[in-house]
Amino acid sequence: MPAVSKGDGMRGLAVFISDIRNCKSKEAEIKRINKELANIRSKFKGDKALDGYSKKKYVCKLLFIFLLGHDIDFGHMEAVNLLSSNKYTEKQIGYLFISVLVNSNSELIRLINNAIKNDLSSRNPTFMCLALHCIANVGSREMAEAFASEIPRILVAGDTMDSVKQSAALCLLRLYKTSPDLVLMGEWTSRVVHLLNDQHMGVVTAAISLITCLSQKNPDEFKTCVSLAVSRLSRIVSSASTDLQDYTYYFVPAPWLSCKLLRLLQCYPPPEDGAVKGRLVECLETILNKAQEPPKSKKVQHSNAKNAILFEAISLIIHYDSEPNLLVRACNQLGQFLQHRETNLRYLALESMCTLASSEFSHEAVKTHIETVINALKTERDVSVRQRAADLLYAMCDRSNAKQIVAEMLSYLETADYSIREEMVLKVAILAEKYAVDYSWYVDTILNLIRIAGDYVSEEVWYRVIQIVINRDDVQGYAAKTVFEALQAPACHENMVKVGGYILGEFGNLIAGDPRSSPLVQFNLLHSKFHLCSVPTRALLLSAYIKFINLFPETKATIQEVLRCDSQIRNSDVELQQRAVEYLKLSSIASTDVLATVLEEMPPFPERESSILAKLKKKKGPGAVSVTELEDNKREGGELNGGGDRGPDTAAMAASNASTPSPSADLLGIRSAAPVGAPPASTGSLLVDVFSEAGPAAPSAAVNDDGFLSSAPPSEDPAPPLSEADELLNKFVCKNNGVLFENQLLQIGIKSEYRQNLGRMYLFYGNKTSVQFASFTTTVSCPGDLQSHILFLNVQTKPVEPLVEGGAQIQQVLNIECLTDFSDAPLLNIKFRYGGALQNLTLKLPVTINKFFQPTEMSSHDFFQRWKQLSQPQQEAQKIFKANHSMDTEVLKAKLLGLGTALLDNVDPNPENYVCAGVIQTKSQQVGCLLRLEPNAQAQMYRLTLRCSKDSVSRRLCELLAQQF
Amino acid sequence: MQNSLRQGKLRLQKWYTATAERDKKKMVRELMQIVLARKPKMCSFLEWRDLKIVYKRYASLYFCCAIEEQDNELITLEVIHRFVELLDKYFGSVCELDIIFNFEKAYFILDEFLMGGEIQDTSKKSVLKAIEQADLLQEEDESPRSVLEEMGLA
Repeated sequence: MPAVSKGDGMRGLAVFISDIRNCKSKEAEIKRINKELANIRSKFKGDKALDGYSKKKYVCKLLFIFLLGHDIDFGHMEAVNLLSSNKYTEKQIGYLFISVLVNSNSELIRLINNAIKNDLSSRNPTFMCLALHCIANVGSREMAEAFASEIPRILVAGDTMDSVKQSAALCLLRLYKTSPDLVLMGEWTSRVVHLLNDQHMGVVTAAISLITCLSQKNPDEFKTCVSLAVSRLSRIVSSASTDLQDYTYYFVPAPWLSCKLLRLLQCYPPPEDGAVKGRLVECLETILNKAQEPPKSKKVQHSNAKNAILFEAISLIIHYDSEPNLLVRACNQLGQFLQHRETNLRYLALESMCTLASSEFSHEAVKTHIETVINALKTERDVSVRQRAADLLYAMCDRSNAKQIVAEMLSYLETADYSIREEMVLKVAILAEKYAVDYSWYVDTILNLIRIAGDYVSEEVWYRVIQIVINRDDVQGYAAKTVFEALQAPACHENMVKVGGYILGEFGNLIAGDPRSSPLVQFNLLHSKFHLCSVPTRALLLSAYIKFINLFPETKATIQEVLRCDSQIRNSDVELQQRAVEYLKLSSIASTDVLATVLEEMPPFPERESSILAKLKKKKGPGAVSVTELEDNKREGGELNGGGDRGPDTAAMAASNASTPSPSADLLGIRSAAPVGAPPASTGSLLVDVFSEAGPAAPSAAVNDDGFLSSAPPSEDPAPPLSEADELLNKFVCKNNGVLFENQLLQIGIKSEYRQNLGRMYLFYGNKTSVQFASFTTTVSCPGDLQSHILFLNVQTKPVEPLVEGGAQIQQVLNIECLTDFSDAPLLNIKFRYGGALQNLTLKLPVTINKFFQPTEMSSHDFFQRWKQLSQPQQEAQKIFKANHSMDTEVLKAKLLGLGTALLDNVDPNPENYVCAGVIQTKSQQVGCLLRLEPNAQAQMYRLTLRCSKDSVSRRLCELLAQQF
Repeated sequence: MQNSLRQGKLRLQKWYTATAERDKKKMVRELMQIVLARKPKMCSFLEWRDLKIVYKRYASLYFCCAIEEQDNELITLEVIHRFVELLDKYFGSVCELDIIFNFEKAYFILDEFLMGGEIQDTSKKSVLKAIEQADLLQEEDESPRSVLEEMGLA
């Protein structure tokens, strides 16, 4: 065997590497590297032409420096020069440098392609291989364009050397993966498939990767490969352990090729030809038999190679899902592995059994291993193995063992690793729901879940338990009793309070007969938790209280007192305050009948897919939940959701949705403020949805060529913007909804939402008079070059009726796309005739650059690192200004969150300061922004600093924000 | 992707999908943390992002491959082992220093064995033959004197 320092002895390189290794500190290393870089640079720039050897040495040094993690910004040209050297090692180093350092869109690609072309046509196999390797390593589109048609020719040509064929096959595969449209097999297909018959095992091994990938994409064109693959597999499986010489690996004949053949077969259904199928089944049986034979070697390599084939064969058996005998044998084999001493095998067996569990043929066989799997969940030391065990328990669960499995999973949850708790919670919740025969068990399970792992119980889970309790009247009394008991615990999780509040609010009457849970006891119990809860939970509790007033008139006085106290009715949180005020009012002015109607028991929820199942699917990605499972759910879910025939009307649904308070309650507070079970707005006069989305027809509009968007050709020039337009705009910097403008005639409300660089804005025009507006038109325009920054798209067009009746309201929708950052606001012009007089007013539409923020969470370290990176003077904008509004922490936080950025805690060393981070999404680019707000309460001043990757954004944000605080 | 590392020092890395330099660094950092924290006897496979990681430790070196969902874990372990065997055979009982000082050779061996993330040839002989041929060419290139010597001998 060759000695290490063989042949080349680039001594300079070795010395340099030793130097680096001897460096005592990072600084010393950087110093040494910089010295070397300077030296190489001067050599490359020098007048004296370098010989090939020196060039190779320096290029190699650069490569080493790059691999240490330093940036290299020169030397590419020298590397390209090496490609055309006819000395092998120089060429080789050149190609290596290019493979590692040249990114696919480099300008050098043309030069490189030239060199590759020469080497491919050189007929020198080693040069050809180098060139093919380079193509495969870089794999860019330009390379695919240049060579995709040439390589199949090399691959199938009769006189191509085996080693070149191997490289050509894999090179083509790489190009196919990056640019499938450029690799056209067409006439070559059959010859490529026949490479499976090649005498050279290496050629088959390389070619099969290509064929598998092509078969996945074009199964029909390549289907002849099935019979070839089966016969090849059969020959390998039946060969003695030494037949294949160098392709035998630790007494296992051609394990890699076997795995790949089995993999290829998984692209197709079982062979139709009986003889081929028979032969294949024989192979699979042989593989299963061999697993039972004593090992030919004690080395782990032997068993790994053998089992790799076995697992691949089992995958194929599962893929076919048609041979009950093989499926059961596979399951038994995996069962043995479940108790194997090798952790790897236990892991894979658990994983593989998960898929077996979903086959009707092997489901029962899998279930027999339940005790082993439960034991694995309890005793495995490696969390990734435990995770697999939990997955398998979930997969093997059915009606017969659900109680046992759920109980085991619940007890495991108490000690489960944090990383898998949320998923476990979802799984338990789904199983409990899916296999619940008696609903008291279901309720117990979910409440246990909340008790054990409350923090990991997502909203979907507790929404779901409420949905089910509401839909099943046979469980409501039990649920009320159980939550009441659970709430007795001195410290119970907030999710428990939510479920408790909701259920007692609906069904507390079912247990009120017992003096131990009389209405007042229930109320006091709930209210004892109130002060420790977050705002959304408190909002929910307030709704429960008003429901109590309806259920139990005797609690009215107590509850009204609670609602009336300052901490409710003057609460700084708008949502809470509004609920308290409205509920108080409702309870004092509405008659018992009205109250009973408004606060009626919730109607059943319509049948739909379980929200938690949807969540699990989202978490695990599509395909994680097997098809049978989904069908099961459909079948059995119907039963659970119950009462499907009593379809509740949609308005009540809307109200019931609103009753689960969302933290992002819109600021207009129309929907979320509706009391629980509020009747549709059309029947109750309590809440009139002024900005009803279902308003009358909106004015139609079209986008004109000049970028104007108008509902009718303007008959008169738009008025200049109102003097207060800027002020109105400023009100909307930190919020998206509200009343934009109001005078004696007209009210304009806005609701808007933004996602990434897109936005949608609903404008509501309300006629406040009793007289109709005629010729009502609206125009949105972008002054100056703003057009090129923001785009208004397809405005909702409905048949135009440019009349707005007295007291009516019309709606308009604007779709907005942010192309690049911008500073000016678009203008909204409104014209109409009121009693003959033309009204013409122009406002600024509150579309500001911050609307396109995506919040970015980051650690303190990352924040300050980025802060330092944005240190150019123009990237920073700063303002020191006097406070115009309250300096209250909560108010400031709400504003900063409304801004759209992430408000970062524990980042600024001074806790008084606020720091935020976000990325502005525009179509053309993303602009990273960091913000720091330093209040000085004594002086009633702020210092605001912005650093953004684009200077115009820093300036604009600074301007906008200085008005907000 | 394949890499070998030790004490948080990356010795060799190879990426088979186009990845931005910054992401590479981030991924390597993340992976090192995960893999180095694993205890012996733990399973050699783990799920990471939407990939599966297969790793194995040889003395002070960790070898680590990221494979896709449908790939075979056990055979990947043997891909690692075969690569180590190749290094061992070529360098003669390989150690970390060999890989450091002859990193370009280590790359050539890897390239000869794997291409575009797929196995090119599993035969130890074929792979080493390719490398040795290259070494021979190299000697002819670089030491004209030895050619003279050869002629003298002839």
